[in-house]
Amino acid sequence: MAPPLAPSPPPSPPWADRLAPRRWLGPVVLLGPAGLWLLLLLVLPTLLILEISLVPGLRLGQPSGGYGLGNYLQILQPIYLRVMGRSLVFALGSTLLCLVLGFPVAYWLALMSPKRWRNLLLVGFILPLWTSSLLRAYAWITILRPSGVVNTLLTALGLPTQNWLNTSTAVFIGLAYSFLPYMVLILYASLEKLDTRLLEAAADLGATPRQGFWKITVPQTMPGIAAGCLLVFIASLGDFVVPTLLGGASSMNISRLIYNQFLGPTRAWGFGSALSMVLIFAVSLAIALLLRYGDRSTVTEAS
Amino acid sequence: MPRSLTWPSLFTALMYAFMYFPIVVLGVYSFSDSRYSSGWGGFSLRWYRALFSDRRIFAALQDSLTIAIVAVAVSAVLGTLMAIGLARYRFWGKALYRGVSYLPLIIPDIAIAVATLVFLASVAVPLSLGTIIAAHIVFCLAYVAVVVSSRLQSLDPNLEEAALDLGATPTQALIKVLIPQLAPAILAGCLLAFVLSMDDLLISSFTAGGGANPLPLEIFSRVRTGVKPDINALSVVLILGSALLAGLAEYVRYRSDRNRQPS
Repeated sequence: MAPPLAPSPPPSPPWADRLAPRRWLGPVVLLGPAGLWLLLLLVLPTLLILEISLVPGLRLGQPSGGYGLGNYLQILQPIYLRVMGRSLVFALGSTLLCLVLGFPVAYWLALMSPKRWRNLLLVGFILPLWTSSLLRAYAWITILRPSGVVNTLLTALGLPTQNWLNTSTAVFIGLAYSFLPYMVLILYASLEKLDTRLLEAAADLGATPRQGFWKITVPQTMPGIAAGCLLVFIASLGDFVVPTLLGGASSMNISRLIYNQFLGPTRAWGFGSALSMVLIFAVSLAIALLLRYGDRSTVTEAS
Repeated sequence: MPRSLTWPSLFTALMYAFMYFPIVVLGVYSFSDSRYSSGWGGFSLRWYRALFSDRRIFAALQDSLTIAIVAVAVSAVLGTLMAIGLARYRFWGKALYRGVSYLPLIIPDIAIAVATLVFLASVAVPLSLGTIIAAHIVFCLAYVAVVVSSRLQSLDPNLEEAALDLGATPTQALIKVLIPQLAPAILAGCLLAFVLSMDDLLISSFTAGGGANPLPLEIFSRVRTGVKPDINALSVVLILGSALLAGLAEYVRYRSDRNRQPS
């Protein structure tokens, strides 16, 4: 009896039969160790702080009561709401500063710098990122303190001295300084891809350089602007070093508040975990907004 | 007026000055003899002498180097394997896996630090150098994987298939064909992870306990109370070290870019 005519199997590469018996082995070896590590030391811990953030008044070494939203309600007290607001102002301010300071730099690097030196110039601008962020913030103490470099210069010029250290001004300067290279890097990548023929066409049709900039350059690089702003916003929102070293006691932000709940005198782990969840939520929200915004812009491009 | 002297070029020059001004200030003051006044106190190497006889700093540097080298070595393997696995296989939950692999780049350090501390406390693992290394591997492997993934996208998949067709086992094809092609990206990812590990303050603070004292913790505990001239000298030494690393990284990138161009 002839065997029933089966549809011939798709032609498989000659090595497929050697792989088949151990098909699961490859994925497990390649993805298993890293996945396990992330699960154990990132996913589980995050779920754990989500859980203890729901235990009001949890302190280290004390018996805890049942679940509740007490830790989150505590954040709504005016003193903590001010901390949240200040964190937001720091992040928004430093994002705006980085955009305003970084855009002309990226523009010059991408469109106006001598082509031969372009890569070297870009690397030169982001080189300070390779040095310790702690030491870069510390350098600003030397510059901004009452007897520091800025005031020495101001005195030499006969101007009144400024006391910027331990104020919000110092925090804004420090954050902008820390994250400006990221902004320039992202804007550069976006501006480099700009089709300059569009600008030439606009100029031929009578547009002024200013009109060309606002009607072509800025809209064309909007995804880069959005991505750069998002990155700086997230980094500034969660920054700890700059507000601590340059901002003094008056510049308490969410990271410092969380730090104090765990390594400071209060040891309120439940409250600290709730604050951490709020920070994670804020960052996720910022990313979701970008994704949604990015999608919408591609939709409008397509239509 | 020459074309190069438009306002963006002048403004850019100003921003370059802004980026390097603090570093120059640290360098200049590290050679100044005076401790408190901002004026120039005359040339002196006293802060460098103080630095090089400071045992605490060297112990801290040793801790930091141990953490960074071990964490980066483990991450180089785990991160590279993960990037290859993500590029090669389709499986249920892949989007979730990929999303989780990006989390260490997105979640603020303070939140990761808190979560790790709470987790380690809940499973009663004593804090030590080992717990810092374990925590550093989380973000180091994520950065290695991101850099390697972007390189994987530009690779020719036919090379590996050719090796398999010619009788190589999958392991041989991986080690002899794929890994050499990925080597520049792996090295670049490792350098990035190394710098981030050496720079990390928060995650180390939360996972160190009393068992270890990496350099950022030592620096932080000294400078939070004000200006310390021997830290200026330390900054100069560390900046020279990072400049070396940065030069190495750029050289690796330059070489791999040149190799990638069709001849």
